[in-house]
Amino acid sequence: MDLFLQQVLTGLANGAIYACLALAVVMIYQAIDHFNFAQGEMAMFSTYICWSMIAAGVPYWLAFFLTIGISFLGGVAIERIIFKPIHKAPILSHIVVFIGLLAIFNSLAGAIWDHTIKTFPSPFPGGSFHGLIGMHEVGMFFVTLILLLAIFCFFRFTRIGMAMQAAAANPESARLVGIRVGWMLALGWGLAAGIGAVAGMMIAPIVFLDPNMMLGILLYGFAAAVVGGISSPAGAVAGGFLVGIIENLAGTYIPSIGSELKLTVALILIVTVLLFKPNGLFGKTIVTRV
Amino acid sequence: MNTGRKLTVALAAIAAMGVAASPAFADNMYGPGVTDTSIKIGNTMPYSGPAAAYGAIGKSISAYFDKINKENGGINGRKIEFISLDDGYSPPKTKEQTRKLVEQDKVLIVFQGLGTPTQSAVHAYMNHKKVPQLFVATGATKWGDPKNFPWTMGWQPSYQTEGQLFATYVLENVKDAKIGILYQNDDYGKDYVKGMKDVLGDKADKMIVAEESYEVTDPTINSQVIKLKDSGANVFFNVATPKFAAQAIKKVRELNWDPVFLNNSVSNSVGSVYKPAGLENSKGVISLQYYQDITDPAIFDTEPYKKWKAFMTEYYPDGDQSSSFTAYGYLVAQTMEQVLKQAGDNLTRENVMKEAANLDLKLDLMLPGVDIKTSPTDFFPIESMMPIQFDGEKFVSLGKVVSVN
Amino acid sequence: MTTDVETRVDPRLISGAKIPFKWVGLFIILGAIIPFVVEGYTAFQATLIMIYAIAILGLNLLTGFNGQFSLGHSAFYAVGAYTAAILVYHLDFPVYVTIPLGGVVCFVAGFLFGLPALRLEGLYLALATFALAVAVPQILKSSHLEGLTGGVQGLDVFRPPVPEGLPLTMDQWWYLIAFGVLLIMLWLAWNLVNSRSGRAMMAIRDNPIAAGSMGINTSLYKSLTFGVSAFYTGIAGAMAAIVIEFVAPDSFTFQLSILLFIGLVVGGTGSIWGAIFGGFFILMVPNVAEEISTGLSYAVFGVILILVIYVMPTGFAGLVKMLGVRIKKMF
Repeated sequence: MDLFLQQVLTGLANGAIYACLALAVVMIYQAIDHFNFAQGEMAMFSTYICWSMIAAGVPYWLAFFLTIGISFLGGVAIERIIFKPIHKAPILSHIVVFIGLLAIFNSLAGAIWDHTIKTFPSPFPGGSFHGLIGMHEVGMFFVTLILLLAIFCFFRFTRIGMAMQAAAANPESARLVGIRVGWMLALGWGLAAGIGAVAGMMIAPIVFLDPNMMLGILLYGFAAAVVGGISSPAGAVAGGFLVGIIENLAGTYIPSIGSELKLTVALILIVTVLLFKPNGLFGKTIVTRV
Repeated sequence: MNTGRKLTVALAAIAAMGVAASPAFADNMYGPGVTDTSIKIGNTMPYSGPAAAYGAIGKSISAYFDKINKENGGINGRKIEFISLDDGYSPPKTKEQTRKLVEQDKVLIVFQGLGTPTQSAVHAYMNHKKVPQLFVATGATKWGDPKNFPWTMGWQPSYQTEGQLFATYVLENVKDAKIGILYQNDDYGKDYVKGMKDVLGDKADKMIVAEESYEVTDPTINSQVIKLKDSGANVFFNVATPKFAAQAIKKVRELNWDPVFLNNSVSNSVGSVYKPAGLENSKGVISLQYYQDITDPAIFDTEPYKKWKAFMTEYYPDGDQSSSFTAYGYLVAQTMEQVLKQAGDNLTRENVMKEAANLDLKLDLMLPGVDIKTSPTDFFPIESMMPIQFDGEKFVSLGKVVSVN
Repeated sequence: MTTDVETRVDPRLISGAKIPFKWVGLFIILGAIIPFVVEGYTAFQATLIMIYAIAILGLNLLTGFNGQFSLGHSAFYAVGAYTAAILVYHLDFPVYVTIPLGGVVCFVAGFLFGLPALRLEGLYLALATFALAVAVPQILKSSHLEGLTGGVQGLDVFRPPVPEGLPLTMDQWWYLIAFGVLLIMLWLAWNLVNSRSGRAMMAIRDNPIAAGSMGINTSLYKSLTFGVSAFYTGIAGAMAAIVIEFVAPDSFTFQLSILLFIGLVVGGTGSIWGAIFGGFFILMVPNVAEEISTGLSYAVFGVILILVIYVMPTGFAGLVKMLGVRIKKMF
């Protein structure tokens, strides 16, 4: 029973990692109607910026919020400089550009900050909760929930949030009702980059900071978002926790799988969920008209 | 098959005649890539992609050759031209790049190609072409097989050997040991486990109570560590790379667990493992090592360290001085230097291979007692290691240098 | 959500176009000369380019002509490669036979994967296939299959010598085989695309619901296309295993999937011959990036990718077509 409880809690902790990044995935999806494959690397880069500031003596919380601001501006700049000129290119070409960005951020981080892992400070007290789960994981759990609440309110109660959704779902109509679609895209990029930065700064104390830290996590982040429902922030968070817990329990209790095929199990889970609920567990059903 | 073998014999005979005949023409015998003023050496490394961290080895080797070119005018008057290509740790790319080195750049040898799967992809090719594949940068056992692959040689202690040494340590020092293993799910991890089982023999099933693997893409190894604790193990054998090793040490302490912690040499580094994991948490970790950890503060005042530091500062200033890869590159480049020195003016591929199999070398950044020794039947240059324990600040020796033989 | 593929297909192509014999003839002559004028290493590189081109062509049939988005073709490439390697290594099959067998095994695998994939569209399909690409190396090295696949150490594949009497080197011989296979595969793809089935495939891409209501069995066509696409990729994988003479799980990581995808887009989605340029791009450009900067080769590669999309947002084939139209307008 003790093992079961611990694996569930560890699953929750891992789930918080996935959920945090999944929120950034959902945010960018609301803006551009697609995944951004460079999301993880952008978050990693933001985290390095924060690390540099802290190393230079900036207090943690100041660095934390500065990083969010810088990441926001960076996200906006990427949309304006890189994506605006190829706005009319097919979506597949956009994905190639995402891959290009991924390569650039990954390579630059390695060149600037080396590949040796770095410790990233946690804003939460050290130690663990009865030896079951680290205090940082507990703190991160709450940060995820706060982020979720903020995103929910943003889309539900602010004009700009609703305008953004409209711009993504139907750019032509949105333009007709006076929404500046181009800037909505840029705003979406900025917000996603900011959320990604928070995710990065929350994840780094657990997995350590290195240029490849997001490689595996991004995949899980996508999975969480899709399992939960890409259009629903709450679904993405729930999806993250679900993937984290199931992955751990399957690895622990199904002997022939063990840790060796843990990743495969997570992936089978995703595909199975999609087969029965193609829009994710909490996603809205989309009706297509001819 | 039979005709193939006959053909090989015939070719070998022709080759032998060629070798025997050539001294009549000149005193200096040169293989491809050698002139009176230069020697071309090829190499493949992952400079990009997920394994890019290893690129630091290639860069420090390159820096070391710059140093001997500048300070000594090369080796025996010949400058080293080090051509290092990126293979991104992808076997097909390694094959492509290695063929480029051998067939287009016409290098004398390929040196320190990195990675087991990548070098396996060119293992047969190099031996077929009779090009030395020297000091392969991985610890697989297959590089030391002079009978079947006379053109290939490894350098570092093999992972399997190290696993065997750890097993011996457990048998001698831990009563009623119950071993839990955390290993990376690839050749590196599995070779360690195999080595350990070799020595434990029949007792392996009883003594190893849990084996857990992880993938390099896993975000954390927390779930695995919990399972290991739950198995009732009192020895934690950690076969993980630095990032996961640091996570493991941290998690073990977080769980209020206190096993005998055995850490593989790959991750035995104060700077990149014990400090990130917390120095207090890392107290008592036992490891095996063959060269000095350059992040161990205890050696900062020693002469070999200062020499290395001066080299890094002058020739590889952007190098990461907390990464053990730079020291590794420095040492393996010195080994190569020695081989070429010994070969003198007879720089054929055959003779370089002969001299590589005729080494008896002490390098000052190695731990005392660890020598580099080879012979025509022994293609394992480094076979001994020293058990050490981290006391929260520095390493303490746990006795003499050990080796499997 | 609709499928995310937009293509500009030549209208002549849809209305039963003729093969442009002028260009095809030139291509065959040039292609047949190359191995005799370049050195072995270059012929080897050219062979790899053609192998990649076949895989990209397979991906193009699925994505460009049927609108199904895959980031998982490295998985089929791996299955093809391992089929060849296992047959040669364990069962002493003649290497030549293993090439079509690799394709057939992949056809079955692709068709079976295509069945559940029917329910997934666009982004979801991309993720499911990407998941496949990530899972396959892990499955290949799992202890359950180690005896067969050689585990993490991989398998060696030895090629028999060039048939007696042919005055060819090993590199030239395999170049010519790859070239022949490439021509056959191009011809097959051309015929498929210009057939009734091909038009059905494209109708599904452009509007699945309308296609269904016109009486096209969309499920069958989609899974069959998946199978055919995997068949192409499997052939490429089998040939790659033989030409490289080695397979290991690390040869088939998801990065290969991404590379094939890049080759598809850069070559030109929905263009048959664009695949050749795509193959050229993914083999050569990383080498160029490395020449520019060793430490930052990934970053350079990324910048090149972005620039390429700026210059030719619809791929190389799209650029050529656009230039063609411009030149015609000038006269």
